[in-house]
Amino acid sequence: MTEFIKLSAAELAGLVADGTASARDITQAHLDRITSTDERLNAFVTVDAEGALATADAVDARRAAGEQLPPLAGVPIAVKDIVVTNGIETTAASKILRGWIPPYDATIVTKLRAAGLVPLGKTNLDEFAMGSSTENSAFGPSRNPWDLARTPGGSSGGSSAAVAAYQAPLAIGTDTGGSIRQPASLTGIVGHKPTYGGVSRSGLIAYASSLDQAGPFGRTVLDAALLHEVIAGHDPADSTSLDLPVPLVADAARIGAAGDLTGMTIGVVSNLSGEGYEPGVVSAIAATVAQLEQMGAKVVECPCPHFDYALAAYYLIAPSECSSNLARFDAMRYGLRVGDDRQASLEAVMAGTRDAGFGAEVKRRIIIGTYALSAGYYDAYYGQAQKVRTLISRDFITAFSGCDVLVSPTSPIVAFELGPRAEDPMAMYAVDLCTLPASLAGVPAISVPCGLSDGLPVGLQIMAPVLADDRCYRVAAAVEASLNSPVLAAAPQL
Amino acid sequence: MSTITRDEVAHLAHLARLAVTDDELDTFAVQLDVILSSVASIADVAADDILPTTHAVPLTNVLRADEPGTSLNRDTVLLAAPAAEGGRFRVPRILDAQE
Repeated sequence: MTEFIKLSAAELAGLVADGTASARDITQAHLDRITSTDERLNAFVTVDAEGALATADAVDARRAAGEQLPPLAGVPIAVKDIVVTNGIETTAASKILRGWIPPYDATIVTKLRAAGLVPLGKTNLDEFAMGSSTENSAFGPSRNPWDLARTPGGSSGGSSAAVAAYQAPLAIGTDTGGSIRQPASLTGIVGHKPTYGGVSRSGLIAYASSLDQAGPFGRTVLDAALLHEVIAGHDPADSTSLDLPVPLVADAARIGAAGDLTGMTIGVVSNLSGEGYEPGVVSAIAATVAQLEQMGAKVVECPCPHFDYALAAYYLIAPSECSSNLARFDAMRYGLRVGDDRQASLEAVMAGTRDAGFGAEVKRRIIIGTYALSAGYYDAYYGQAQKVRTLISRDFITAFSGCDVLVSPTSPIVAFELGPRAEDPMAMYAVDLCTLPASLAGVPAISVPCGLSDGLPVGLQIMAPVLADDRCYRVAAAVEASLNSPVLAAAPQL
Repeated sequence: MSTITRDEVAHLAHLARLAVTDDELDTFAVQLDVILSSVASIADVAADDILPTTHAVPLTNVLRADEPGTSLNRDTVLLAAPAAEGGRFRVPRILDAQE
């Protein structure tokens, strides 16, 4: 059944729609792939084989009954374990939620089910999406199919590993400061962070609410775009979701695949280069930019001076919102409870549970956030960070007055080895350098594989104005079309 | 000069209801000092006339129609509770024995 797992989501959906293959056989092929590879990869926290096969059977029954199937019906998908799923354990890779069975589906899961996609299970992540390597997971790190000693990125590293290793053609991730784009870059696949508010947050376990955004992973730009269209759109259950038309991203991917960028101006962010950027990454990006120029785009340099402060602003804003959001884990209504001997006080049970249930990185961020929000420090830290956010947004507005999209590396480095960085929080934070500005400004950004550095994949990040997600997909599809063979084809066999 | 002391970290952990151990305090005090020193550059970037951005996309207040809807089933919700009694969440005592 290897033929099924190597196909794109669009191709698989075609086979189901015309009756060449059953959703059950396609689903079983992917479940078999998970069985044969996940001991090495640790991409999944939970595999729901029974549920997946039942969903697949339902799609096959709909087709047999002569129903017109939605575009991705019968296609398996992996879902990051921070997205709540009715009846399926949802942990956020935290000991504090282990064993929690949510009583409802996130809006995006409801949309996946309505569209006939087949959820295979829940993927690993850094605890509560806080991290860049999956090393902060309570279930151990996921591994990169390109090199099992390296990270598949984070926080959505289980999702990126699953798609890159052909365990699933599609996956859902969430991105607060780069957690879709960076893992996509490090595993040689496509990942998109939609415009803030473009996809409902209802049913995502909140980390930093003004930044959190769910989005698609795929091995092709078109696959990611097709999934984007399934999950996007207004949701009354999320008051920050935009009540505006969803950008036509699948059409944009098809147009971009023709490889003609005539009339487009592409800005290269000069501030996202220099010291700390690996030479192999820099040269792969430069070669890709030259390729974009060959396809008819006009290329200009764009200074964005306040991007230099994005790291500092992010690591104040995100922990501040996290310290508030994670107050809900109080040992009272769901999740872990430690030390309740009917004598201990509520406060002792709460504090003991939170110490036992949260990992070190989550505790660090809660404490930093508590500090940044406390009286006497609020203006100097949180207040200033929110002002810097304004300045970063202005940099984007200025840049987009002269160009249609901005490009940069997605990550300054390729996939790094598990271990060394995990002990040094600031070294780990620094790998998010390129993805943070788009998060703080709420603009859409995609990562598309564009080459190799020392045999490991490099991703190009393409950023666009609010609700111009289609431009990200158009340029990404042009990059994809310009490659002689897909970057992922160079990955070793598992 | 350190930006944050071990005692301050202990106080913040208490405010955040984290019963951290002495070992954790030793580690966190050093790490948080490094992190806060690294982000301190932010203090001088923005002038007083720059307005803060709280959300990336402008938000307006959203109201829904005041109509009854369906809620989650009580017993289903209580299945996830660490402790439940008589159709309610059971919580530890809130007052100290002396109070």
